[in-house]
Amino acid sequence: MSEKNTVPKESLFSPKNRKLITDPIGTSNPITVQVLGVCSVLAVTVQLRASLVLAIAVVAVMGFANVIISLLRHGIPPRIRIIVQLTVIASLVILVDQILKAFVYDVSRQLSVFVGLIITNCIIMGRLEAFALQNKVWPSFLDGIGNAAGYGSILLLVAAVRELLGSGTLMGYQMIPNFMYNFGYVDNGLMILPPMALITVGVIIWVHRHRDKALVDVS
Amino acid sequence: MSNRYVFIYASVMVIIVALVLSSAATLLRPLQERNMRIEKMQNILSTIGISAPRGEAIELFEQYIKVTKVLNHLGEEVEGDAFEVDLQDENRKPVEERQLPLFIADVDDELYYIVPIRGNGLWGAIWGYLSFLGDLNTIAGANFDHASETPGLGAEIADPPFQNQFRGKKIFDDSGDFRSVTVVKGGAPADDPHAVDAISGGTITSNGVTAMLRNGLQVYKPYFEKQKEL
Repeated sequence: MSEKNTVPKESLFSPKNRKLITDPIGTSNPITVQVLGVCSVLAVTVQLRASLVLAIAVVAVMGFANVIISLLRHGIPPRIRIIVQLTVIASLVILVDQILKAFVYDVSRQLSVFVGLIITNCIIMGRLEAFALQNKVWPSFLDGIGNAAGYGSILLLVAAVRELLGSGTLMGYQMIPNFMYNFGYVDNGLMILPPMALITVGVIIWVHRHRDKALVDVS
Repeated sequence: MSNRYVFIYASVMVIIVALVLSSAATLLRPLQERNMRIEKMQNILSTIGISAPRGEAIELFEQYIKVTKVLNHLGEEVEGDAFEVDLQDENRKPVEERQLPLFIADVDDELYYIVPIRGNGLWGAIWGYLSFLGDLNTIAGANFDHASETPGLGAEIADPPFQNQFRGKKIFDDSGDFRSVTVVKGGAPADDPHAVDAISGGTITSNGVTAMLRNGLQVYKPYFEKQKEL
């Protein structure tokens, strides 16, 4: 941080700050590279709509949680820091849950337990512990948004594949034209079941590593 | 940092969090309750084959549900708002004190009698609505929901394949005895008017549905019989 003192003002979207957002979407993606938060990816990705809401919820929770912990970072007693982080995350998640119940009730019924399970999403606490506790507010905010976006982008990708192949729809709108069904095309019911989410994530990880050899673990 | 600091920090944090969360819950309560009422209307309407979008549920409910009644265990009408009766409370009372809600729908001059039922699944409450044809015996439609049954297993009671089985089933046999409808593990005989197939892997939820139907419908027997004599 010493170099920062010589530079009077770092621009909000300096290359370093931009990397905080772009890295987690690409080379340090929490799901495909760090393989964190996979549970919810398996569970909610049957439909794009539910995944989109969950992705937005995670972005909100993670952005705010990182900001709050970063603001508090000098005051948090190290001995209870994990409890403080958990309290912050849990409160934000409860808020999100209440808001969903009030404004998008159908979606909240569909997501049911998974909103609550954001609390246990290891990506969030991982970022609080690894980043927000040591960094200033703005970079922490970007880091939170970036990681949540990295998580969300995989969520949406998997959901799009599963909904398209499993139900022939996207966001609930029919995508496979009727004449395809007349020719004997059948939606693949297997795509709706959780194992196919695992396999889809596996394929994404494979493609990701194939394109970026630096990620391949040679050990 | 001293223990004192840690304790004060934790206490202050907890108080702030409690304030924020309780005020959010209080502010959003009216909206959430409205949503739950709409969902209840949608569920009731679905038993008579009307799928109501969220925005139109209130209108459609008023259009189709012509009469609502609260009955006692003798089948007599008593004071009360059927829509507001909470079955969770009612089921705890002895039968003699229970309020039994009944909704009567009119679809194209055909009367449907809709009763709510509530019971226990494996992990928590299960509930539902059954609509009967004018003979007060044949089931016209069923809708079930649950609080926390296992997704993919017990939770399937909330899906159409399970619910559609109930159509055309009868709760009284030919001699007029109450038989209810039983959810049968291993498959119900196709010609049995008092049985439907259970859900594989959801035995306890299925048994819960059987018990819920038996207990929930039995109490309406006096009213149904009275109605048939008219």
